[in-house]
Amino acid sequence: MRTLVLATLTQDINMAGVVGINKAQGKPTISQIFNTMEYGPAPEDDKVAQAWLDSHHGKFGHFINNKWVLPDDRKTYDTRDPCKDRVLASTIQGTQQDVDQAVGAAREAYVSWSKLSGHARARHLYSIARHIQKHSRLLAVVEALDNGKTVRETRDCDIPLVARHLYYHAGWAQLKDTHMQGWKAIGVVGAIVPWNFPVMLLAWKVCPALAMGNTVVLKPATSTRLSALLFAEICAEAGLPAGVFNVVTGGGAMGTQLATHQDVDKVAFTGSTEVGQILRRATAGTGKKLSLELGGKSPVVVFESADLDSAVEGVVDAIWFNQGQVCSAGSRLLVQESVFSRFIDKLKHRMSSLRLGSSMDKTADMGAVIDDGQRKAIAQYVDEARRHGAQIHQVEAPPGCYYPPTLITGVSTTSRCVIEEIFGPVLVAMSFRTAKEAIALANNSIYGLGASVFTEKMTLGIEVARMIKAGAVWINCHNMFDAAAGFGGYKQSGYGRDGGKEGLYEYIKPSWEGQQRFTPPNMNLEKFGATYMADGPSLTPSTPQIVSGDGTLPRVDRTYKLYYGGAQKRPDANYCRVVKDATGKAYALVGESNRKDVRNAVEAAGKAQSGWERRSGFNRSQILYYIGENLEQRREEFISHLTTVTGCKDVEAAAEVDCTVERLFHWAALCDKHGGEVQETQVYGTVLRVHEAVGVVGVACPDQRPLLAFVSLVAPAVARGSTVVVIPSQSYPTLALSLYQVLETSDLPGGVINILTGNTDHITKYLTEHQDIQAMWYFGSLAGSKFVEHTSAVNLKRTWVNYGRQRNWADQDEGAGQEFLYQATQVKNVWLTAGDIFAN
Amino acid sequence: MAEIDRNPGIPLDLSWVSSVSVNLPSVKRRAETLTTRRTVKKHWQAAWLLRAVTCIDLTTLSGDDTDGNVERLCHKAANPVRTDLLDGLGMTEAGITCGAVCVYPARVPAAVRTLKRLGVQVPVAAVATGFPSGQYRFKTRCEEISLAVADGAMEIDIVINREMALTGNWQGLYDEVKAMRAACGPAHMKAILAVGDLGSMTTVARASLVAMMAGADFIKTSTGKEGVNATLPVGLVMCRAIREYQQHTGIKVGFKPAGGIRTAKDALAWLILMKEELGDAWLNNHMFRIGASGLLADIERQLFHYVYGRYAAGSELPMA
Repeated sequence: MRTLVLATLTQDINMAGVVGINKAQGKPTISQIFNTMEYGPAPEDDKVAQAWLDSHHGKFGHFINNKWVLPDDRKTYDTRDPCKDRVLASTIQGTQQDVDQAVGAAREAYVSWSKLSGHARARHLYSIARHIQKHSRLLAVVEALDNGKTVRETRDCDIPLVARHLYYHAGWAQLKDTHMQGWKAIGVVGAIVPWNFPVMLLAWKVCPALAMGNTVVLKPATSTRLSALLFAEICAEAGLPAGVFNVVTGGGAMGTQLATHQDVDKVAFTGSTEVGQILRRATAGTGKKLSLELGGKSPVVVFESADLDSAVEGVVDAIWFNQGQVCSAGSRLLVQESVFSRFIDKLKHRMSSLRLGSSMDKTADMGAVIDDGQRKAIAQYVDEARRHGAQIHQVEAPPGCYYPPTLITGVSTTSRCVIEEIFGPVLVAMSFRTAKEAIALANNSIYGLGASVFTEKMTLGIEVARMIKAGAVWINCHNMFDAAAGFGGYKQSGYGRDGGKEGLYEYIKPSWEGQQRFTPPNMNLEKFGATYMADGPSLTPSTPQIVSGDGTLPRVDRTYKLYYGGAQKRPDANYCRVVKDATGKAYALVGESNRKDVRNAVEAAGKAQSGWERRSGFNRSQILYYIGENLEQRREEFISHLTTVTGCKDVEAAAEVDCTVERLFHWAALCDKHGGEVQETQVYGTVLRVHEAVGVVGVACPDQRPLLAFVSLVAPAVARGSTVVVIPSQSYPTLALSLYQVLETSDLPGGVINILTGNTDHITKYLTEHQDIQAMWYFGSLAGSKFVEHTSAVNLKRTWVNYGRQRNWADQDEGAGQEFLYQATQVKNVWLTAGDIFAN
Repeated sequence: MAEIDRNPGIPLDLSWVSSVSVNLPSVKRRAETLTTRRTVKKHWQAAWLLRAVTCIDLTTLSGDDTDGNVERLCHKAANPVRTDLLDGLGMTEAGITCGAVCVYPARVPAAVRTLKRLGVQVPVAAVATGFPSGQYRFKTRCEEISLAVADGAMEIDIVINREMALTGNWQGLYDEVKAMRAACGPAHMKAILAVGDLGSMTTVARASLVAMMAGADFIKTSTGKEGVNATLPVGLVMCRAIREYQQHTGIKVGFKPAGGIRTAKDALAWLILMKEELGDAWLNNHMFRIGASGLLADIERQLFHYVYGRYAAGSELPMA
């Protein structure tokens, strides 16, 4: 009773804050309004949503196998309307048993669902889309009530995007059999989504998963469960077979139970970087596919050449959309110094007309933040900035769970509010002098999710968009979304994309690949590769050291060194290892690399990378062709080298060398044929999907096919603009080392391919831990794979590991399939809005 | 409006004019979301609609206009809303009239005569300067102004020289508009940009600034005769120019969208635009006019519904 009274009071106070008229004074007369021209209340009616809650008696369980599952003894969780601080419904806290039941249902449904024709799955997704549209207002109201965001946003953005994703992916389901050949479904997807866009992000996961033939178990966020449950009910109404889509509710720990469930083949996560790291570690070495869409601190770059009034509106969309609780929120404003104060004045003026109110208020720009804890967390950042002398500009907010739009100036790159994701309506502003400085500041972040550029100079806009490291760059707008363009991050904003064709790859695997389920070994990760050994002199050489007729002259020694920065380098510690030939005799001495060699090689690769990526694809292809040409010239030498060290037959060695030359041609060909595409979004203009280089890639090569595997891994990375630090086969490193002479004669710039020999695990350790490496490809043991996946969480670098399994490198699909292109590129979507013509 | 409130104009600032550029996609997005972010309902809607009525320049600009239909228009401008509706709204004594009647120069005497007879303070606005195309000698265009003012027009809606705007002859345009302003004397001058002829929003913004620098009291979107007339994106660009001009000079210039505004919902959208972009000071007929003919009938119908809870037949409301 007491709570109820309090709630009513708060509601009244809120109304006063929003409308500016105290209810106690009664409704103003028409004459008064005629004079003041105030806005009045315009509430959305929530009676249908209330009726839906009532029809469930305010109590919800899990939705498994198209049925409500309400075990008796579960703890409950009251889901609340943050605007009015009242309970909407009681939900349950799932247990391992519930997760088992849901995953079991999905596993069973997978058998038939994955076998359906693409057309049949398309019919199902289409049907869901239709039903979602029919219930769109109900969904919009439930979502707004549960989250606190305005019904305007759920009505105009969240729910239309849900429908759009369903239609778009109904299309991909239809086209799967013809347009995605060579790929197959993975199995059961465990999807974990956050509270900021509960149903929209659900759709971003569920649509591609179902379209590609997977089944799904979804865990909605703790504080926002209702829309997912309603969505599930609508799916059942639309005729989706039982078990294809299941919802289990619970706390954060249940999310880990779902992610680590042995029958889950893929984990799709959107949420904080911290939880992303936990999931990466928890699933390391299991073979589960993982996509992470994480945090951000996205820059909004405003040039003096911008339409400043329009840029102000861009900022409103960037940071005050959904109370700033958007992973791609444009929270770092960078304004050219020449217009800085003018722009800040305009922005402050614009802020004065922003309205905060209840999620049901149709005249509100912003609603409540998700809960009081979030409000306090936001306030802490702002209070700290204030204490450190920053200028804080805020507009009024009603009491309760609201946080006002906030602009902070007088801060810099060292301020916590500039560095960290606040996840609230707080904008920090800094100035820059030149475009080059703007790009440097924009990229001065651990994140790389979104960015926007405001300028009327097309040349400048496109250049800056190319140079900012982020998954989405909006030119003259911010926070535009569409199912046809993937969304996802660079750097510690995660990997994988939601939406677009690029998003499908998160829910499929190569057709040739078997089930990827592994029991990761129990191992001490601290000790993995921590030490290395070296060899002493060997008295059993494979070729005699004394070669002259009279037995006095030693043969001229062939020295294999490390190779980085375009030069042969002696290993830092100056130890070497003896490489044996097939008969067990010492064939050569090669360098034993340590962490300092890794440091040097990564530095060389990093220096070379941007220049290499900026070269034209044609130029890169010329160099790869040239490597092929030079390798071909030394064909006989490499055949003999292979037979000597591996003991394979001549014919096998010849096949490997020939296949290697062919592979170089394959990747040379793809240097200028995979730049990207035009995405067919709903935006008037052009959205470009750009396939950018990953950056610096660490590669650990397997022992099989020491020449072919080396080139099969290195060539795609280099073809698409990355540079590599590569550990050749530990057993047969001399083939790769012989190759560096080929590289040197092929005009390959220094630093593009860097070769470190020695103990693979040891070098892998330091490569994987290195935070300036953007991806680690590891083809070694299961333990090493677990180590790489686990350790990669440190900076959320992408990984590609083999879990100790071998592949047939000579096979075109296994050794050079589309998978390699996927691994060698990262997708950036550049949104170029168009239009200057409005009349004659 | 006291003389001191009028825009005296400022010297032409070409560097300011040429620094302006407008991003149309952003402008469209803002215009589209203005009415999804704000709305007025019930009580508030009725009050806002009445306010809109007072901002209407009730207009007839047809080749077949005669003193007869202009007189009828004046009666409607003086009594725009049925008295029973005003009673129902508690606004009987508020003196609700339209903002002005707007006619061709030849019809000014009849309009002035009628309104004087009716005893209402509704000004007569005359279009002039070779309306709608402006493709006439400068001398005759200016003479039209003087003659209309002599006939009793208190407001002159001039059309700008589109040739000069399209070729970037801002000095020429400035000189012409300034001369026209001088010809207006005490009559208030509204400068029609004929936005549908200007090709780009950037030209609309630049022409807005030049017209204000030359002393326009109002800037107005269109004659109603071009292909594109008063759209919210155009209005947004012109309002931002007005705001910019006020921030630089401290002078408030009025705004008049005209052409294509037909429904009560449209009128509310324009009021919302004014409130959001320029503020409450622009929500009255000293600073804001809507050029329209059919709009009033739709507003009156909505007010009828508000008062009686049901919709009226068109024939039940007095036609203009």
